[in-house]
Amino acid sequence: MRVAVIRFPGSNCDLDMMTALRTIKGIEPDLVWHEDASLGGRDYGAVILPGGFAFADRLRAGVIAANSPAMARVKRLADRGVPVLGVCNGFQILVESGLLPGALLRNSTLKFVCEWTHVRVENTRTPFTSGLRQGQVLSMPIAHGEGRFFLQRAELERLEKDGLVAFRYCDASGKPTAGSNPTGTLHNIAGVCNKAGNVVGLMPHPERAAEALLSPLGRPDGALVLSSILRKSGGGRRA
Amino acid sequence: MNAEQLGLGLTPQEIATVRMSLGREPNETEWSIIDAEWSEHSSYKSSRGLLKLFPTTGARVVLGPGYDAGVVDVGDGYVVTLHIESHNHPSAVDPYGGASTGIGGVIRDILSVASRPIALIDILRFGLIDKSGHSRWLLKNVVRGIADYGNCIGVPTVAGEIEFDDSFERNCLVDVACVGLGRKGDLILGEAKAPGDVLVLIGGGTGRDGIKGATFASKNLKKDAGSERSSVQVPDPFMKKLLLDSLLEIVANHGEIRGMKDLGGGGLSTALSEVASKGGTGVDVELKRVRLREDDMSPTEIMISESQERMLLVLPSGPGGGKNVISVLEKYGVPYSVIGKVTSSPRLLLRWDGKVVADLPASLVTDAPLIDWPYEKPATPRIAPRHAVTAAEPGLKDALLALLSSPNIASKRWVYQQYDHEVGLRTVVKPGQADAAVMRLPNGRFLAIKGDGNSRQASLDPYEGAAGCVAEACRNVVAVGAEPIAMVDHLQSGDPSDPEVYWAFRETLRGMADYCKSFGLPVVGGKVSFYNEDSATGRAIKPSPIALVVGLASREANLRTMAFKHAGDAIVIVGETRPEMAGSEISARFPKSIDLPSRSPRVDAKEDLKTCRAILQLIEKGHANAVHDCSGGGIGVALAEMAISGSLGAKVDLASARTSCSRSLETAFSESHGRFVVSGGDGRVISSSLRGAGVKHAIVGTVGGASLHLAAGRSPLASVPVSSMRSRWEGAIPELMD
Repeated sequence: MRVAVIRFPGSNCDLDMMTALRTIKGIEPDLVWHEDASLGGRDYGAVILPGGFAFADRLRAGVIAANSPAMARVKRLADRGVPVLGVCNGFQILVESGLLPGALLRNSTLKFVCEWTHVRVENTRTPFTSGLRQGQVLSMPIAHGEGRFFLQRAELERLEKDGLVAFRYCDASGKPTAGSNPTGTLHNIAGVCNKAGNVVGLMPHPERAAEALLSPLGRPDGALVLSSILRKSGGGRRA
Repeated sequence: MNAEQLGLGLTPQEIATVRMSLGREPNETEWSIIDAEWSEHSSYKSSRGLLKLFPTTGARVVLGPGYDAGVVDVGDGYVVTLHIESHNHPSAVDPYGGASTGIGGVIRDILSVASRPIALIDILRFGLIDKSGHSRWLLKNVVRGIADYGNCIGVPTVAGEIEFDDSFERNCLVDVACVGLGRKGDLILGEAKAPGDVLVLIGGGTGRDGIKGATFASKNLKKDAGSERSSVQVPDPFMKKLLLDSLLEIVANHGEIRGMKDLGGGGLSTALSEVASKGGTGVDVELKRVRLREDDMSPTEIMISESQERMLLVLPSGPGGGKNVISVLEKYGVPYSVIGKVTSSPRLLLRWDGKVVADLPASLVTDAPLIDWPYEKPATPRIAPRHAVTAAEPGLKDALLALLSSPNIASKRWVYQQYDHEVGLRTVVKPGQADAAVMRLPNGRFLAIKGDGNSRQASLDPYEGAAGCVAEACRNVVAVGAEPIAMVDHLQSGDPSDPEVYWAFRETLRGMADYCKSFGLPVVGGKVSFYNEDSATGRAIKPSPIALVVGLASREANLRTMAFKHAGDAIVIVGETRPEMAGSEISARFPKSIDLPSRSPRVDAKEDLKTCRAILQLIEKGHANAVHDCSGGGIGVALAEMAISGSLGAKVDLASARTSCSRSLETAFSESHGRFVVSGGDGRVISSSLRGAGVKHAIVGTVGGASLHLAAGRSPLASVPVSSMRSRWEGAIPELMD
């Protein structure tokens, strides 16, 4: 399957995402420059928005990138059901472009935080969680200053009721405790999806957890997230 | 205006030298260029002669001192590049901006030899954060400055060290180092060798920030230091990221860059004169072509501005020359302008609308005359002042818990958690896990990185203390399973015109150089920072030499962390503990209750080399499960950290350690060099391997349980639950800072 990784000025996890995707047999990633409105004229089986500080987070994290030529195309693909994943700053871009609900606010500690977290899989109906078990606990690192997911109470309740929470921070045993919530994010939410399930955003970095060598627990959990798209698409015939 | 009216930093002798060499009175622009380039910051005029003492060659050294970065061969066509910088003065007046631009500067040095920055290291010195709100403010904003810049640009901050001492109350020290990775065949030097080549200035615009920054850094801080904020540069990590991405793309495409130089201290003055001087050429530059942020700048201001995020490229001329370079710059939206050309006449020729505004021999600008300051050993020996012992000596348990909550020893998680230490997918051993960070390299090897200093010991005995910094950094690299391969140094002290300050400076330099020679460790670069004192209090900082050492491990199986791994493992203390309590953390924590007849720690490079080799041998053979350097807080703290990290206690008999101390408190907390704590499944095998290598050691106990039990023979001394140690060690800094 061909996967497009969109690179914005200021993206800094783009090459890491390429490295991680290349370790997964069956995925062929391309780096696509944000000004390329046609995404190279190629049909992509999935699109990934990597982390970083696109346009230096100017105005507001993700907002300038959300209005780039490549994103106009990504929005159309998302409407057609193509899997789209946003990681960290990519999640912020998806929220700003209206593909995902909510807002990502400054961490409650008011500090940038980089640490390994546990997240529980809440929804296996997305292309990025289809290879995982409901309730499975993954170990992946976060690194951000603005990752506190926020929605008005009524909307949040609807989000929960519709099962659109994809990942939740939890302790090693899978309990979403206050102590395991690193940013004060509502309901320990680490990732959400859209109603159709094909667009997913998450704050932890699967690409940083895709190799056992880089994981303190020696578990390549991030690769399970990234390789899920192969299962859902049945070998890349989507889009 | 003549030199005397311009308010230059030059001495009367230097002014006379310039006039004599030139045979005329330079104009204002010319004086300003010489002033910037002859500043201590740019010229190393007080240290250049002495720096020759460092060993700078070795089988792996590709490029030693004198370039933007040292370059070391790590095999298979790959090189690792190293550079260290400080931003002490700027950080003292504007901690956020000063620390950010320090990171920006050191990244630029790594980039300018065409290598990719892969790791940042920060070595910080502040006043006592448990006593001073000003120091807490400095720490908070320096860390935020480093974090915001490093995180944004996507270079992980993976290692560092922090020391708190009253002498840094007004002059905090912010040392930042960067490690790069490149291919030997891709290296680019800061030289303009071919007349006719064009000079292209890329990146940010030139503004009035950082005017005379190099001169600012070359004098003592004034009482009203805040008034010098215009000497601090303005950081723009986004522009730096675009520079980085575009230049690395050009290098990957084999775009034709003939020479590259970053614009740091001294701005265009330094960059232009150095590419010319190094290449044996001259330059002819039209200053009207320099892109400005403020449109009424004079030629002088343009030449000495230290605006950030700028690089000078030397590109081939002629049709199509540099085309593949320019197209990439345009893709990333990096501004550029052709400002002049390389000439065969070795002069710095600067024009303003065609009219010559400066005409100086390039060598005059770059070769500031050396200064041989007088030096004098202080009349009063700098041994630790002997206090009257007025309080009872603390018990071992209380002492250990007090040390673990000392900000010098306590976990630095509050700091490194604010740094993205994962980006780049290379960080294998992460902050807090071991004595050094370990990054994977593309050839399957691993690079260990650690920076160390010890100002207290260096102030008591500059020679031994400075050598000790190298010794500790080497031990830290060895403890993770890597062989030290290269070092960069940073020497920091007060005003060199003070003979006692200069004496201490010479001693620190000699101490480091002698150690490196005996250990066989090449020094591939470094930095000197003087004038770290302020005229308000007249206090100089303690001499603060820093050693940053990198090492290589050949395979993953050889990497070690400090955590105790298995209950039942034997604990071995390697090396001898001597009564060397002066300058130790325990003596600083309990100044009134600890008698200090003893001296500060001394080093023995030959013995250390033998010990380090023996440790690497233990690791290679798989006998050691955990290895930890034993320094700040001695054996007691080393054992506690291994226990906290592994969530496993231990039973240890201090009386069985190799020691010449007469009291348990000394054995537990003396900071003698040359020691490691090792745990492994079979104590006898470890012991026989060490005996074979001729290294002093003793099996002292066993891993297990939920507490650290310390005893002297049959008499129990202390029993401390791992959980209490953890809450002190992890809680100390957050309690002060949050």
